[in-house]
Amino acid sequence: MDTTSDALAPVRALIARATGDQKHEDSTDSTVDVLWVLYDRVLRVDPTDPHAEWRDRFVLSKGHGPASLYAILADKGFFPADWLDRFMDRAGRLGAHPDRTQVPGIEASTGSLGHGLPIAVGIALALRAKGAGEPRVFVLVGDAELNEGSNWEAILLAPYLRLDNLTLVAIDNHSSTIPMAPWEARLGSFGWDVAVVDGRDHAALEVALARRPTDRPTAVVADIPRRA
Amino acid sequence: MADRMRVAFARTARALLDEDPRAALVLAEISEHYLTDALVRHPERAINVGIMEATMVGVAAGFALEGFHPIAHSIGPFIAERPFEQLKLDFGYQGLGGTFVAIGGSYDYSTEGGTHHAPGDVAAMLSIPGMEVLVPGHGYEVEPLLREVYANGRPTYLRTSSRANAEASAVAVGRMEVLRRGDLATIVAVGPLATSTLAAVADLDVTVLYATSVRPFDAATLIAVAGDRPHVIAVEPFYDGTMVPMLAGALRHVPSRFDAIGVTRAFIHDYGTPEDLDAKVGLDVAGIRRRVLAALGT
Repeated sequence: MDTTSDALAPVRALIARATGDQKHEDSTDSTVDVLWVLYDRVLRVDPTDPHAEWRDRFVLSKGHGPASLYAILADKGFFPADWLDRFMDRAGRLGAHPDRTQVPGIEASTGSLGHGLPIAVGIALALRAKGAGEPRVFVLVGDAELNEGSNWEAILLAPYLRLDNLTLVAIDNHSSTIPMAPWEARLGSFGWDVAVVDGRDHAALEVALARRPTDRPTAVVADIPRRA
Repeated sequence: MADRMRVAFARTARALLDEDPRAALVLAEISEHYLTDALVRHPERAINVGIMEATMVGVAAGFALEGFHPIAHSIGPFIAERPFEQLKLDFGYQGLGGTFVAIGGSYDYSTEGGTHHAPGDVAAMLSIPGMEVLVPGHGYEVEPLLREVYANGRPTYLRTSSRANAEASAVAVGRMEVLRRGDLATIVAVGPLATSTLAAVADLDVTVLYATSVRPFDAATLIAVAGDRPHVIAVEPFYDGTMVPMLAGALRHVPSRFDAIGVTRAFIHDYGTPEDLDAKVGLDVAGIRRRVLAALGT
């Protein structure tokens, strides 16, 4: 299995600059592998031109635990790494939930759960309206975030609109009081193309995230076992 | 007739979609039949998402992020209140522009019960920093206001109603019109209440201003006509007191007195016509007159 603590070592060091040496909170740690695979292998983005028309869009819907995203954006060069030293600081620009007006590479300001997926549906529609067939829209939600009803509005809507440029990335770290599994049955019944993969397996994540069916949105569920 | 503002909105929205490749429209079923043509002509940018108002506003924000000028629409409570957080965060906090067109005024749906009433909508919209609020009073006033704001890069709440003044005015964002002059007090009549207000104070020595632009508010005109010791009376088609912060903000340099004549702050459990409910909440001509006289102490 291609779990690569080596590949992630620089990112983990950057996360530590933001959060200190304490054990990372679950929401930061559970997303780091998926975010790394996205930014290292899947998303077409240019840190020197973060608003390029041709880019893929990524929305961190849940907004929680953004230190891993900040670390990866810094590692890729969206902003200087020393911004991480001022995480949640009054002199800094990196808050506990990301703000698109403050941070290059952040596509949407999130933190209140259930907003990112409807926004991502709108982005996907807007790209289609512009005739931009190539760019894809990825939106990351947590399993507990999917308790919010607004997500299910968008989950109902996206297959109806045949948004093949939209990928829902669900981190299932089993934090939801109501279990979200079985994912294939639930999302599949709404018309999504669903893949459930090991959330630490970089090769499996890459294959699942790279898939783009021609007639429907995709959902990639990254399973992260609950910590003992 | 009663639907004149909705018809004007639909006609203007369709025209904007035809004229501007960056105009977008998101509906949640309401008024779909008024906009069928636009939905058919521009299926990529004019979308009926179904009965999901939170997602309607979120989808509109996605269009705005990509450089479009989205217009979203529903009945007042279902666009100002149900998806309030989407308006506040997806548009307000994110600094995006969009236009949110409500129908139904405070209680145009007078037979439908309080679930379809929204006398608190404007106060809610004013709580969002940067949200513009426009309240046209005639069908002819919808198009110029919508055209002026739809692509200005800021969020705007455009509140329409089946109620209307007898005549249209030449309206513009951030501008009030002086309808008549007098000495006892300055009345600010908002949106469709101008005709009723003029009738209610016909024999009283008062100034009457006509406001369609709640925010931005025309402070300059109010300052110019209100005098040294202003007594300003708002006649407003939503909960009474909603306009007072705008008036007080304009006149903060001078000792002033304010009165508010609007929808009384109680849930309405009555039915009948909108005119019946006017009488119930004190916004028919007789009610406005009674409340103006009380404010004047006469």
